[in-house]
Amino acid sequence: MSTRKSTVAVSAIAASLLLALGACAPDPEANPTTGTGGSAAPTGEVKAGCEDYAVYGDLSGKTVSVYTSIVEVEQADQEESYDQFEECTGATIEYEGSREFEAQLPIRIEAGNAPDIAYLPQPGLLKTLVTNYPGKVIPASEGTAANVDKFFSPSWKDYGTVDDTFYAAPLGANMKSFVWYNPSLFKDKGYAIPTTWDEMLTLTDKITADFSGTDTKAWCAGIESGDATGWPATDWVEDVMLRTAGPEVYDQWVSHDIPFNDPQVVAALDAVGDILKDPTRVNGGFGDVKTIATQAWNSAGTPVLPAAEGETPKCVLHRAANFYQTNWPTGTTVAEDGDVFAFYLPGKTADDKPVLGGGEFVAAFRDAPEVAAFQAFLASDTWANAKAKATEGGGWVSANSGLDVNNLATDFDKLAASVLGDKNSVIRFDASDLMPAEVGAGSFWREMVKFFAEDKSSQDVADAIEKTWP
Amino acid sequence: MSADNSHASATSAVAADVSGGGPVSDAALVAASETKVTRRARRLRQGMQNPWASLAAVIIAVLWTIPTVGLLVTSFRPEADIDRSGWWTIVTNPNFTLDNYEQALFGGGNNLATYFVNSIVITLPSVVIPISIALLAAYAFAWIPFKGRDVLFVAIFALQIVPIQVTLIPLLTQYVNWGIGRSFWPVWLSHTMFALPLAIFLLHNFMKEIPASLVEAARVDGAGHVKIFFRVLLPLLVPAIASFAIFQFLWVWNDLLVSLTFAGGRAAVAPLTVRLAEMVGTRGGDWFLLSAGAFIAMIVPMIVFLSLQRYFVRGLLAGSVKG
Repeated sequence: MSTRKSTVAVSAIAASLLLALGACAPDPEANPTTGTGGSAAPTGEVKAGCEDYAVYGDLSGKTVSVYTSIVEVEQADQEESYDQFEECTGATIEYEGSREFEAQLPIRIEAGNAPDIAYLPQPGLLKTLVTNYPGKVIPASEGTAANVDKFFSPSWKDYGTVDDTFYAAPLGANMKSFVWYNPSLFKDKGYAIPTTWDEMLTLTDKITADFSGTDTKAWCAGIESGDATGWPATDWVEDVMLRTAGPEVYDQWVSHDIPFNDPQVVAALDAVGDILKDPTRVNGGFGDVKTIATQAWNSAGTPVLPAAEGETPKCVLHRAANFYQTNWPTGTTVAEDGDVFAFYLPGKTADDKPVLGGGEFVAAFRDAPEVAAFQAFLASDTWANAKAKATEGGGWVSANSGLDVNNLATDFDKLAASVLGDKNSVIRFDASDLMPAEVGAGSFWREMVKFFAEDKSSQDVADAIEKTWP
Repeated sequence: MSADNSHASATSAVAADVSGGGPVSDAALVAASETKVTRRARRLRQGMQNPWASLAAVIIAVLWTIPTVGLLVTSFRPEADIDRSGWWTIVTNPNFTLDNYEQALFGGGNNLATYFVNSIVITLPSVVIPISIALLAAYAFAWIPFKGRDVLFVAIFALQIVPIQVTLIPLLTQYVNWGIGRSFWPVWLSHTMFALPLAIFLLHNFMKEIPASLVEAARVDGAGHVKIFFRVLLPLLVPAIASFAIFQFLWVWNDLLVSLTFAGGRAAVAPLTVRLAEMVGTRGGDWFLLSAGAFIAMIVPMIVFLSLQRYFVRGLLAGSVKG
């Protein structure tokens, strides 16, 4: 009998241990109740400085959770840009950034733990989510759609649209068509900024001749990026494709109306190889052509800066996106008269201005007035300007036409915004982000690694990628 | 996932030892093991005196330590140097800075102390809960005869082979349904579940090893299960508990997958490992901070391991030989 009694006592101890632990656990956060009337017209006075926010109404006590791949340091600027919205509407924005965003988001959706708002870094992901989890992504609210129609070009709206339903409004924009250079070296040598593709090739030859016999090369590149190794090379191909074949062919290439091994694509690959596979032109600061495959992309531009005061830089030109700005070592001045600056990767002619871009898209996962209001706010000129002012260190632009260029922090951002806003600019989204994942995040990356590491020919690379198209 | 492997390898070592044990009486076992130990110690001492063996040991130790030294040196180098050259160039170009540590500690929106506290809040219950439950379960399996005991024991141990990755989505769905999806609870509960099979197995083997006569004597004196557990067994179990606690502590402290999936990356619940993974920045540009961050995150496990290491080997071996 005593055995039986003790068994009970022992399990009682176990139970009380668990209870004791339970007592000190925080309460799970209650979901805000979804009410109606959040977007109703405000009654009474509008606080000073809140005039632009009056349309979103009173959202006191409401919480909107945001999940994104944008983490520190950029996270601080993002959060700061919502401050005024929170103050004026009374809503709370709960920001969560994670570098594992793309892996975690589907898990959270599947488990019923989706965020209210997610910033999708590529349209392909939006398409995947809409297809795989029907009904989970909420179509954009009327306010959001109205803002997008007003402030963005139709092509940006198209990227947020799946099967004729508009889901996601564009947020920030990336621009990949830039070449970083060292302004003081250009000044010393008397180099001019090239305005056409041919001028750039002439400049390349001039640099090669000027520095023959030294280990300084005209170009440097690096495409290593962990499990995404190869993507910087796909950007090269896309940028060249836009220039050699033109935007129309580019669109056909993306939608697979022409095969991946079409002669025009092979020609673009050859044009890339003409620069990046020529041992006299690369790979400044790192070694031979093969080092392109192994050099980390986020420090591939470092040789553009002199290794020490007074030394000649090992590399003169580095093609990279506007967000490479944050990769320069701390203390580097990014300015036309500073340590480093960029010029627009020229088109065939000076008037021909194709731009390779990218950006995040704001998708909603909860049908509530406060979520709709926040989504609309992010598509407005109010937010774009608030974000521009919050980004004191620079490194951010948007395709929002309501953005006042003067609010941008740095000369470089102003340059990026001016290219983005240029009437002649023909903007095309990053092709690898639009192609099916098997290609865009798979064989295209892998084959570009082989292109450099194994010296695989352009034709073979294009054939191999075409074979994997689903 | 390295902690996962260490779980597994320790388990297989234990299992191998178990099969080696024979039906020898306690006294004989003690005597035999003593002579064996002294003999082995003598051989070991002779081995130590062999200069070649010492040289080999030193070479292995140096080779083994080089990557960590490189990481340590890197953590003190300026960003531009890290980008440009390897850590070994400090010999010709010594150039050190504490900037990386400063930026790793105070650079983010929340300073690292927040995540330190979160890590401790996650780790302590995740160590205490499984040990508490496993002790009680192990006692039942060792000293309370009931029907189906062996089958149940094997079943629990077999759970060890379930990879935690397959449980992620079903568990998260469950937590969300219970309304505890965005707190520390999912992390505590998950770590407890994942730790229990090994904990019960190790502690059970250790308890089994305690001479039955000891337990019987206590029972004759009128002690019930509770008294036997607290007065007789618990004091003897300290090394085993400590060694498992170290195990579990290191695994939970170093865990990224479980906390990222179940708690998410919000500063309110994210542990140090999650912050460390974010430290490189949105596009990986700040990777030079990782070496400094790694050494900061390493401090606590180092202290725990060094202060409890004397239990570590003792406790593991103690649980392994069946009496």
